[in-house]
Amino acid sequence: MAAPTPRVRMPATAKAGEVIEVKTLISHDMESGQRKDAAGNSIPRKIIKEFKATFNGKEVLRVDWHPAVSANPYQSFFVRVPESGTFEFVWTDDDGSVYKAEQKVTVG
Amino acid sequence: MTFLAPTRTRRDMLSLGASGAAAMLLLPTVALATPEKIADEIKKLFGDKPLVPGKIKLDLPSIAENGLVVPLNFEIESPMTEKDYVKSVHFFAEGNPSVGVAAFHFTPMSPKAAAAIRIRLAKTQDIVAVAQMSNGDVYTARKEVKVTIGGCGG
Repeated sequence: MAAPTPRVRMPATAKAGEVIEVKTLISHDMESGQRKDAAGNSIPRKIIKEFKATFNGKEVLRVDWHPAVSANPYQSFFVRVPESGTFEFVWTDDDGSVYKAEQKVTVG
Repeated sequence: MTFLAPTRTRRDMLSLGASGAAAMLLLPTVALATPEKIADEIKKLFGDKPLVPGKIKLDLPSIAENGLVVPLNFEIESPMTEKDYVKSVHFFAEGNPSVGVAAFHFTPMSPKAAAAIRIRLAKTQDIVAVAQMSNGDVYTARKEVKVTIGGCGG
């Protein structure tokens, strides 16, 4: 599988204190560990187990994902923008790999 | 002169289909999540706190054609201030091979306790949501989703 590509869609400008919606998507098989290959062997579990959003280093939202989360996980949620700053999004894989995305938001 | 007989007759194909269906029935040998397992899990997380129905608006389709991608939306009533906010919400699936679906941990930085995600459901079943507020109160909601095609592979 190609390396997971995270994608984030959110406005780049906002009013101070404004509530905005963040939509995220990452390409990942989210192998549940339940499936079997053609030879009947179990395919080992490999999912993204955690998603985290921070604003200027402060945690906004953390989500634990279980195998019941669909492949190519989509996740949308809401954030408040108190000031100009950077949102960082981090996806953590079962194997310890970390996938990151960043979005600067300017208040003005 | 004779024509070569087709290698697979209609009857062969039918019997193949039948054995295929039988194999499908034999597949789910893994233990499924049950309401009891969910109760255990909730007890582990929240102790003996009473579960109050309400506050959680669960938006799931009544009928999901494809169990591989079922949209789950929710919103929990809360002012979301430093003093009064939703700490976490856990989702459980009664008929999946494992109980947990996802768990959201909010902070006062989240303006509302709402989100959308897409989940896999193995079969028709109830989804249970359990939310804990910052003052320790626990609320719950459930919704049944009818699944036409299961989403746990095989």
